[in-house]
Amino acid sequence: MKTSSGFWAAYARNKGAVFGLLIVAVVIVLALFSGVLFPESPWEMVNAPFLPPMSDGALLGTDTLGRDIAAGIAHGARMSLWIGLVSTGVALLIGVSLGALAGFFGGVVDDAIMRFTELFQTIPNFVLAVVLVAIFTPSSTSIVAAIAIVSWPPLARLARGEFLSLRSREFVQAAITTGQSNLTIIVRQILPNSLSPIIVSASLMVATAILLESSLSFLGLGDPNQMSWGYMVGAARTVIRQAWWMSFFPGLAILLTVLSLNLIGEGLNDALNPKLARKGR
Amino acid sequence: MTGTVTPFPAPRRASAPQTEGSAMSPSSVATAVEPLLDVRGLTISLPDGADRPYAVENLTFTLNPNEILCVVGESGSGKSMTAHATMGLLPKPHVKVTGGELLFRGHNVFTMSETEQRALRGGRIAMVFQEPMTALNPLKKVGDQIEESLRVHTSLDKAARAARVVELLTQVGLPNPADLSKSYPFRLSGGQRQRVMIAMALACEPDVLIADEPTTALDVTTQKQILELIRSIQAERHMGVMFITHDFGVVAEIADRVAVMQHGKLVEIGPARQVLNAPTHPYTRHLIASVPHYIEHRADFTKSGDALLEARNVNKVFNVGGGFLRKGRQVVAGDDICLTIHPGETVGLVGESGSGKSTLGRSIVGLMTPNSGQILFKGQNLLGLKRREFRPFRRDIQMVFQDPYASLNPRHKVGDIISQGPVAFGEDKGKALTRARELLQLVGLDGSAADRYPHQFSGGQRQRISIARALAMDPTLLVADEPVSALDVSVQTQVLKLLDDIRHRLNLSMLFITHDLRVAAQVCDTIAVMRRGKIVEIGPSRSVFGDPQHEYTRTLLDAIPGKAWEIPAELLAERAGHSAGGHPS
Repeated sequence: MKTSSGFWAAYARNKGAVFGLLIVAVVIVLALFSGVLFPESPWEMVNAPFLPPMSDGALLGTDTLGRDIAAGIAHGARMSLWIGLVSTGVALLIGVSLGALAGFFGGVVDDAIMRFTELFQTIPNFVLAVVLVAIFTPSSTSIVAAIAIVSWPPLARLARGEFLSLRSREFVQAAITTGQSNLTIIVRQILPNSLSPIIVSASLMVATAILLESSLSFLGLGDPNQMSWGYMVGAARTVIRQAWWMSFFPGLAILLTVLSLNLIGEGLNDALNPKLARKGR
Repeated sequence: MTGTVTPFPAPRRASAPQTEGSAMSPSSVATAVEPLLDVRGLTISLPDGADRPYAVENLTFTLNPNEILCVVGESGSGKSMTAHATMGLLPKPHVKVTGGELLFRGHNVFTMSETEQRALRGGRIAMVFQEPMTALNPLKKVGDQIEESLRVHTSLDKAARAARVVELLTQVGLPNPADLSKSYPFRLSGGQRQRVMIAMALACEPDVLIADEPTTALDVTTQKQILELIRSIQAERHMGVMFITHDFGVVAEIADRVAVMQHGKLVEIGPARQVLNAPTHPYTRHLIASVPHYIEHRADFTKSGDALLEARNVNKVFNVGGGFLRKGRQVVAGDDICLTIHPGETVGLVGESGSGKSTLGRSIVGLMTPNSGQILFKGQNLLGLKRREFRPFRRDIQMVFQDPYASLNPRHKVGDIISQGPVAFGEDKGKALTRARELLQLVGLDGSAADRYPHQFSGGQRQRISIARALAMDPTLLVADEPVSALDVSVQTQVLKLLDDIRHRLNLSMLFITHDLRVAAQVCDTIAVMRRGKIVEIGPSRSVFGDPQHEYTRTLLDAIPGKAWEIPAELLAERAGHSAGGHPS
């Protein structure tokens, strides 16, 4: 469709999206090099407890047990990004496949899949996630699974809508009359044309997944072996009046990452659906 | 005819309008009529990155009282832009007027204040749009929508407005105006909605009516009624009507004067009789020669052997609007249809929208399943075959779709699009691609087109690609569903020519579905006329056109716009010479 340079030009027109991309790039670098920057385990007590930020040897201070907050944030970035990306990937796989089948075949298949989807949509997301993690004992796998299971229904609905409208398009009918198989038609003809809105909502879903994971760890349902932003905020909440920095910095990290991902989603939307974006600008 | 018509009338200002005004409409009273609209050097710029800098360039023309000026041009000629500029409807801020003036009774519209302009629009100048389905607000009663402009532009009280609404609806020939004013737009047919639009435009007794392709979305018979309505209202009120159209048939039907536009420039303007019968500019000549028409010399098709395809008593009923526990309305799209197509024969299926012609076409290619009946292909009934059993027949029966913009996958290269079919049937990928290149050449494109994406091609070229895709399967029967109705006339001619050429060369049979009798006349051996799911008349083209038996066929033939006008013979001769080369569009 578009050349890649055209895509970037359209994306870069949204300044917020460029900012978002920068922040996310920083977070990614932090996550990748957390082991180099902070070779010590983030669980290690490296300093005196309750050190305020800018203290010697603890840039962002230390927590109630003397663990370095900066190290926690760097290692937590790895966990947050990993959870965000993997759970979104799994949600995409489930949501898009089911949505595609429902939209393409319609009729009974559509009814069955959509009722199944509604089953999930009627249960509050977070409650379901809490229950799932609690049942399967907290670990990064169970957290990813829980987040994916609660977040695929909107993707399924979106994909179904796209498939429904594209299905009746003439190029799809042409593919049918030239004897292409259903699988070929779904994967090669319709899917590439329905990707833009799916990509956009997936980018927003990464942000939601990070928030969900933080909330779970805040409640103490995080992976006990992995440092995470939500856990840090949760652990520091009792001393928030004495030591603001313990919850402030991980909270800021969550805020910035989620905000950036949302900005990226908006930028992608502008770049991928230029006709919609021009309105009101 | 004293009007001095120059092919490039751009710089002629003061003197020209008067001479023209007197020359063209004998009914205008004085020789020095003041023009209603006087457009001088109008230039509208397009945003950067558009395919040309100006939508309209240095456009000069006048619209006089009591005349219908037809502005003719193909898509992208800037004819609608001109109308939109007059009505202040240009998509700001990307497209704007950058030069020239537009005088309404001597006052420049562009320098007026917003308030003055608004009073002018809707009050003195009114517009009728192309798409009656979207031009009305679906949530408001039609009466209220008409009343709205009365409320804004007049000081009538409520009762007087209501009376006026009924009066207007009566004038545009709508039945039961009092009841109708209380209905919502979805209850009305396309033609009725267009009448409501016209009533709305007439509400404040405008001096100028701008009609932007008002009949393009309508069926021929409805088009005829709307054209008659516009003509009679114009004559009654001595309005100036600027009628934008792409169809020279329509021009011949209603125009007093014709302006021809190409690429944003005016190429020819003059009295209708002169432009239609003795056009001077090459582009006008080309356009007029492209108007589809019946070819007299077509020999009757001699059927030989067994029928390739035979439809027997095909029935199809759609349930519309039904739902859970609720029965919807039934629409009959196929009522005992019987039709045969012999090898090498082109059968035209003609009818208005909703007559079920596409339903039959789609049933034949297996995109739709009729409720009952048989469709025999080489003696084998296709209906009731399972998906796998039907598959071998897919190669034999191919389809060309209507919309060249929707029928090609925008994410695939043209070469892939053409070769996908054969590959699905187990052809080697490389071989299929080579064949795709050959086919592209066969349909008049360059082989290198295979490496490009569909959006890099124009509508006519895409339709050629679509045809190549169908041919890649080596079909024996081609179902062409309105293959040229989305194309400009000059491109239409080329694509029709290509189809005609290919079917002779490859000895194809063709089912040609169209709403346009003129197009059918040009390519079909046999014509079947459909109405409400029934074939009311079927026979050789010559007899259907020359001696129609069914009343509906006669109505259809009678509704062809511009039937009284004969395309000048010299132009047709020119066209025969031109298209022999088979230029790509």
